[in-house]
Amino acid sequence: MSEHQINPSADQDRRDFLKTSAGLAGLALAPGVLLYGATAYGRPADEPASSKVRWGMLIDTTKCSSGCNDCVTACNTENGLSGKTGPQDSQWIRKVHIKNLQNGVEHDLPMMCQHCENPPCVDVCPTGASFKRADGIVLVDRHICIGCRYCMMACPYKARSFVHEPLHDQVPDVPRGKGCVEACTFCVQRVDKDEQPACVEACDKAQHGAMLFGDLNDPSSAIAKAVKTYTSTEVRADLGLNTGVRYQGI
Amino acid sequence: MAIKSYFEATSAYGGAKSKLFWSLLALGGVVVLGTLYAFFTLEHHGHILTGMNNQIVWGLPHVFAVFLIVAASGVLNVASIGSVFGKKMYKARAPLSGLLAIAMLAGGLAVLVLDLGRPDRLIVAMTHYNFKSIFAWNMLFYNGFFAIVGLYLLTLMSRGLKQWSKPVGLLAFLWRLALTTATGSIFGFLVARAGYNSALYAPMFIIYSFGYGLAAFIVVQSVMYKWNNIEVDVAILARLKNLLAVFIAAGLYFTTILHLTNLYFAKQWDYERFILLDGGIYTTLFWLGQVFIGGILPLLLLFSPSAKKNPALVFFAALLVVIGGHAQMYVTIIGGQAFPLNLFPGFAQSSSFYDGVIHSYSPSGWELMLGLGGIAIAFLITTVAVHVLKFIPEDDFKDIELAKH
Repeated sequence: MSEHQINPSADQDRRDFLKTSAGLAGLALAPGVLLYGATAYGRPADEPASSKVRWGMLIDTTKCSSGCNDCVTACNTENGLSGKTGPQDSQWIRKVHIKNLQNGVEHDLPMMCQHCENPPCVDVCPTGASFKRADGIVLVDRHICIGCRYCMMACPYKARSFVHEPLHDQVPDVPRGKGCVEACTFCVQRVDKDEQPACVEACDKAQHGAMLFGDLNDPSSAIAKAVKTYTSTEVRADLGLNTGVRYQGI
Repeated sequence: MAIKSYFEATSAYGGAKSKLFWSLLALGGVVVLGTLYAFFTLEHHGHILTGMNNQIVWGLPHVFAVFLIVAASGVLNVASIGSVFGKKMYKARAPLSGLLAIAMLAGGLAVLVLDLGRPDRLIVAMTHYNFKSIFAWNMLFYNGFFAIVGLYLLTLMSRGLKQWSKPVGLLAFLWRLALTTATGSIFGFLVARAGYNSALYAPMFIIYSFGYGLAAFIVVQSVMYKWNNIEVDVAILARLKNLLAVFIAAGLYFTTILHLTNLYFAKQWDYERFILLDGGIYTTLFWLGQVFIGGILPLLLLFSPSAKKNPALVFFAALLVVIGGHAQMYVTIIGGQAFPLNLFPGFAQSSSFYDGVIHSYSPSGWELMLGLGGIAIAFLITTVAVHVLKFIPEDDFKDIELAKH
């Protein structure tokens, strides 16, 4: 019987603990609430992504500078990637140098997840961890990715990386983890706050202006107008994936 | 107590045999322990310890795993020929065939699971299905295969259920065809890679499975007969060897058609040059491993006049098919990834992420330990089952007479 009796001092301890915890939780949440309130154009967290929007990117390879790596550095900083380029290191965006085999014309361009309308990675994922948001952004749900890497086999753009070792000092907004597959998210954490992806911002800051990000479905957006005005191409257009990322100048 | 008395009873067969059983169990056990050690090490440190990387995402463990899975479905054919097509000689082999199918599938799947980046999330794989994914379908086919073949074994081995063995055997046969179709399609459905992206993969894997499965069966049966001092009748030997030869030839035919098709498509020339001419280890493994050791040499052995009366020669030919099968899986799985994706046809490409170059891969000891674990698991299941139940094929002399015609 005695083991069922409540110990009054233990009960008081528990109350104190709960009070302190609630106070600490409040302190921890307050800045987030303030930050959230400050972003007037951001989508509220409880509002789902809208299919009326199709986020896309137009890359002008004629403006992309061969020696510049600012988009890659910005991506690494924003998303907490190490920036190492070993065979087992993650690279969400990379600069690709291409040379036409017939006329020798060379181009440099950033390559990353192309955020396809019909993404092969999403088709092949056994658990549905690879998914496409209503607004066209292709993501990996880190909670249900089992690390089978079938999506990496299926991606035509070699856009995905597998986390080969334990990670430390992650960026709070960008959850990553050993044993899961990851890729460019269009900096979804920024887009949802009505900001530009880090790579685009860095390209503008370097005054190249080679990357244009926006809503392809909004006729008044700069990207929609540019896509309408200039000839742009999809990489591996033959696959019929309708990519969200388009290239101009190749 | 009951177990002890059972083993005491079996020791009546002879102490030497019992000693052999325990030695085999210990051997398999040691390999599985090594596999578990490799698994926990990789689970702790991550795949950084393996030779796999962001270019070669499936490595040596997958070579062993896919071979075992493909061979598992093929080994069931022996039972199917008996139950579905009514050949008596194969009926005597049906229980062993079913057992091997379950054991090899268990071994292959274990390797796949142990290699996952998040093996702790196996329950997620069991509860979240994306039905557009052929991988998800494979999970259903694999689990169903265990259930159906288990039931099939029950109908074969218990007196009261014998009349059910034909319909359940037919279901198992159809199921295994679907399973291998799905396994081949894992590669066939990869639209962007030059080495895959072909509907041929489904039927080709079925044909491969016929050969690998029957070869594995002949190897196991030969060893069991040897240890039990049983001599296989020449008529039965002739049947098995001829069937194996047909399967090997059919496998070579599909391989030829796949490469001929690719050679006809200009966009596939670079890939074909890589596999057939200057791909280094992959070219060697293709010609020497898959085609010669796994195809031409066993065919020559099986059609040699002495093979008719020499079980050792048939055993050796079957062993070569198993070895050649592993070479084929290495070429298919690793070679297919080593050849780079062509993002910009007509352009030379380079980047920090290894665009435009042949990807290198050096498997680590950890991967080998994972892969060998699959074989060890299949070996342990078979050894224990054969020890406690009657799986050894015994031919009625009447069936032997029938086999001659």
